[in-house]
Amino acid sequence: MLENAPIVPASEQGPHTIREARAQQVKIMALKMRRNTSAMIGLILLVLIFSAAIFAPWIATHDYTAQDLGNRLALPSVTHWLGTDELGRDIYSRVLYGGRITLYIACLTVLIAAPVGLAVGVISGYFGGWIDMILMRITDIFLALPSLILALAFVAALGPGIENAVIAISLASWPPIARLARTETMMIRKADYIAAVRLQGATSWHILLHHIVPTCMPSVIVRVTLNITSIILSAAGLGFLGLGAQPPSPEWGAMLSSARQFILSHGHIAAAPGIMILLTSLAFNLVGDGLRDVLNPRQE
Amino acid sequence: MSVASSRSPAQRRQSSTVFSPRSVAIFARIASMAVTLIGLAALTFFIGRLLPLDPILAVLGDNATKEAYDRMYVQMGLDQPLIVQFGNYLWNVLHLDFGNALLSGRPVSEEIARTFPATIELATVAMLIGTCLGVPLGVIAAVYRNRWVDHAARVFSLMTYSAPNFWLGLMGLVLFYSMLGWVGGPGRIDMIYEFDLTPATGFFLIDALMSGNMEVFSNVFSHIVLPASILGLGSMAYISRMTRSFMIEQLEQEYVITARSKGLGKWRVIWVHVFRNIAIQVITVIALSYAFLLEGAVLTETVFAWPGFGRYLTNSLLAGDMNSVVGCTLLIGLIFVTLNLVCDLLYWTLDPRTR
Repeated sequence: MLENAPIVPASEQGPHTIREARAQQVKIMALKMRRNTSAMIGLILLVLIFSAAIFAPWIATHDYTAQDLGNRLALPSVTHWLGTDELGRDIYSRVLYGGRITLYIACLTVLIAAPVGLAVGVISGYFGGWIDMILMRITDIFLALPSLILALAFVAALGPGIENAVIAISLASWPPIARLARTETMMIRKADYIAAVRLQGATSWHILLHHIVPTCMPSVIVRVTLNITSIILSAAGLGFLGLGAQPPSPEWGAMLSSARQFILSHGHIAAAPGIMILLTSLAFNLVGDGLRDVLNPRQE
Repeated sequence: MSVASSRSPAQRRQSSTVFSPRSVAIFARIASMAVTLIGLAALTFFIGRLLPLDPILAVLGDNATKEAYDRMYVQMGLDQPLIVQFGNYLWNVLHLDFGNALLSGRPVSEEIARTFPATIELATVAMLIGTCLGVPLGVIAAVYRNRWVDHAARVFSLMTYSAPNFWLGLMGLVLFYSMLGWVGGPGRIDMIYEFDLTPATGFFLIDALMSGNMEVFSNVFSHIVLPASILGLGSMAYISRMTRSFMIEQLEQEYVITARSKGLGKWRVIWVHVFRNIAIQVITVIALSYAFLLEGAVLTETVFAWPGFGRYLTNSLLAGDMNSVVGCTLLIGLIFVTLNLVCDLLYWTLDPRTR
């Protein structure tokens, strides 16, 4: 019944507790999000991609490692929905399992890079002075290289593999988040309510954790969601170059890498992994754009 | 964009008597760039130290004797304190000496100089494609805001941002080379023409033009057009999005209404009056996108077997050739930071509004 109800200002509906007020805010955001068609398309895509990855063992038609050399490079058919690859493995099943690796890399990278970036940015912006100078010089150094090149350099030092790819991409992903969090912090650190909290005797850490970090969260969430696209593309790029997930693995980039030598005669084996990379990063892009419209009141 | 100038109020106050605030800002900007570059050198030095391979065994081979190993250890300066090692490293880097490449045994700087023109040629053609299509698309999307052209442009850029360019390259090869035969395949030139071309500049398009042999030129062109278009797609999307938002901001200004009410034609106002005001912003965006083309080139060159800098970097990475990797990384960093600086300086010198 709430679907068609107009969004009522908070003062009229009257939340009585902090909890109610927050619940109401979330509800308003959800309603706004629902009206945003492209964000909803992105969200549906994400749900589909995540469920395909989670339920891969049940919806895969074949063992994704099983080779069938008599049936190599087969075109899509009733038994092999997307055909078979250069070793006769079922592409459909491999693509499903590949989603697990890509989403694993993306989630783990976000879990590492977002807190680091947020912490550096918030501390830098709040304390200012020499702390800010040192932290921002370090951030500048990491920003002096395009993120894929930085990730490549770290992978070169750490060696190929999924875990190292995650570390390398994380090291390349935190600086933009730090810069954003710093800008946000600098905008609010001089606000009266922060001064009021400080006068009440709150410590700097309390202010940072309970007042500054929550205020920075919306823009950081938006930035991170949009950045997942570049994380996914970097991971696939590393896999493609042979520096990320290694060949028997059904990671999408690695699949494209091994498909490469057969592609001129059998183009179909490269189609599915590439389309999956495209759809996954597109979904995060659409959701990120939608979240930006919902969470960022300054845009209105 | 990435490296911001930091000026304290004290600096600003002091400077007003001797230098203009602008020259102080430019000086501070250059100084902060120098700090960034030294930091980048430190970072690459550190990455070089992390290497799982033993640098001495990499040079001498696995069967080196104990004495040879120890001699090399001293010769390579590994017995010195880290800070001295870093000093030496910095000194060498300043002289463009990155050591020898593991694979060929030749100096890394020489290898980079050999492979670089191929990448610059590819990136420049890509930038031309991205600019010539991206700027008009951005202007049209802004003028017809929220109409179907605008929506189509938005969908197009979203798709381009989301698609892995190495996959587009693979699919482009399947479609335009293998199936349709419209373009040349991987590489910069067909083998049969290779000896008709004297590499004077290293830029094959220019070399072929200078030789006057149009057959060679069209072959070179047919090889570059697909990789450059695919590489240029990303900058096209970026340039068109940015042009659109600059344009929308300007179209809301009152001088546009004034010019129109004077009786000037719509497109005359747009291209002559409005576009002039955003030209500098657009140029800085183009310069920035050029830096990102170098990043994209690493993957595109691998797909198209393009014998450039990006493929050299990838091959060195796969071989664990750390000198080459560090050299390439530093060079890309230098180009990236310099382009950023040039953008800022362009802005400050060309745009009267910043004075």
